[in-house]
Amino acid sequence: MLNRAKAGRDSPPADITTEARPVAFRGAGFAPRAGRYSGWVALVLVIGLWQLVGSAGWVNPLFLPPPSAIGLAIWKLAMSGALWHHVSASVVRIGAGWILGTMAGVAVGFAIGLSSLARGVGITFISALFPIPKIALLPLLILWLGIGEEPKIATIALGVFFSTAISVYSGVDAVPRNLIRMAQSFGVPFASIVRRVIWPGALPSILAGFRITASVALLLVVSAEMIGAEFGIGAFVLQAGNLMQTDQLLAGVVMLSLFGLAVGRLINLLETRLLHWR
Amino acid sequence: MDLIADHISHRFGALEVLYDVSFTVRSGEVVAIVGPSGCGKSTLLSILGGLLQPSSGRAEWRGAPPPDSRNPLTFVFQDFALLPWCTVEQNVGFPLLHTGLSGNQRRAVVDDALRRTSLSDFRGAYPKQLSGGMRQRVGIARALAVRPAILLMDEPLSALDSQTRELLMEDFIGLLADGSMGAVYVTHNLEEAVRIADRIVVLSRRPGRIREVVAIPLSRSERGDIHAREKLLTLQSELWSLIREQAVEAEREVQHA
Repeated sequence: MLNRAKAGRDSPPADITTEARPVAFRGAGFAPRAGRYSGWVALVLVIGLWQLVGSAGWVNPLFLPPPSAIGLAIWKLAMSGALWHHVSASVVRIGAGWILGTMAGVAVGFAIGLSSLARGVGITFISALFPIPKIALLPLLILWLGIGEEPKIATIALGVFFSTAISVYSGVDAVPRNLIRMAQSFGVPFASIVRRVIWPGALPSILAGFRITASVALLLVVSAEMIGAEFGIGAFVLQAGNLMQTDQLLAGVVMLSLFGLAVGRLINLLETRLLHWR
Repeated sequence: MDLIADHISHRFGALEVLYDVSFTVRSGEVVAIVGPSGCGKSTLLSILGGLLQPSSGRAEWRGAPPPDSRNPLTFVFQDFALLPWCTVEQNVGFPLLHTGLSGNQRRAVVDDALRRTSLSDFRGAYPKQLSGGMRQRVGIARALAVRPAILLMDEPLSALDSQTRELLMEDFIGLLADGSMGAVYVTHNLEEAVRIADRIVVLSRRPGRIREVVAIPLSRSERGDIHAREKLLTLQSELWSLIREQAVEAEREVQHA
């Protein structure tokens, strides 16, 4: 027979002569959360402070033009059509290089993740070639591919390829083996396991790789354009620097930053859509 | 359909895990495999299900599987092995995608499996939204969807709390009651073994060999009875005394390693 207390009641405490003290809460902290607007507020504050410093004449505008001057420079560039000219040249190079490098990187990454032969050969080559700064190969690529878009695109593609291949085969390696064994235990064919188990399982790592390769592509396009291009944000920034037009130089930097933000946003959207199950 | 372990031995490199294990799981029979930690229970199950090639000996099956069986030997995994990016419905339907069934046929099979495991209301949920017990139900529904002849269950309840274990054990007993499906049930829990199995294969410590095969002298339907429970408790205690010494030695071995 169960000895039951009445619902919602328990026996009174044994010692009621001593004063009860609350148990101190010790579980606070270690759970940082970004506020919804705090980042924007901080950005506005920094820009405001920067403008104040510039307007008050505390800093020579040649060394640090105020945000209003940079905004004006962007406006003038946009009105003259030069902004579109430079931005579109860079976007085409980044797009072409990134797509080529990503396609090759995904293919090679999957091969390394799935085949012993490809792993043996591929990892050796990737380990040897990945650390080389790809921009150092631009002169060689110009020699091979001529002066034009091809060497710049190839430089970006090379930079993107290695990071993508590494993130893809790391992602394939990280797919829980029990899921693969489960699929095998049901007799699911190899191609179907790759498509339905390994690809979605590796996707978080692949998308994280995309975030890195987008930055690599941006870095390489600017470097390549600084070395040998007439148009493009890199070429524009270099030219503005040579002419001491720091407002235009920073206008180019702002465009690069906006491009980076846009790509980051796009990858966030992809993650939200494709990794909603996490 | 009978499943036969025929002189199976296995080693991982220098480590000998199983030695000359032979037994038969007859059609509709439930055989539990128990033994000390590291005796090769799960390895044996992987070999029986074709996921691991034995160093010597072989696993084979004799007789015809049920005509509508799409995967005669089907695993239920300890860690559920659910695809986290798929809903309950998609997980259950996953093994049917390559079977040549039409979309409508697949849906009917999935609906039936979900109904049998009381998951119909959770078909759109993702694994992360489910409790451990519900996840294992999804694993069972997925196994039922392919109409197995023999379920290969690798400690299917060990990751669950005791109340959920009890509920799922009742489900297992219900599913296996009509004898249309057999099972190999690997467990370290002797209570589970005596409740569900027709026979219990007791393995020695590593390298695992068959120490004893114990038949349970009660049908599964009789085991709910209070007198039967006493008998089962006695049997459980006899099994424990059979394993205890080796379990202690295996534990020491792990600590020294």
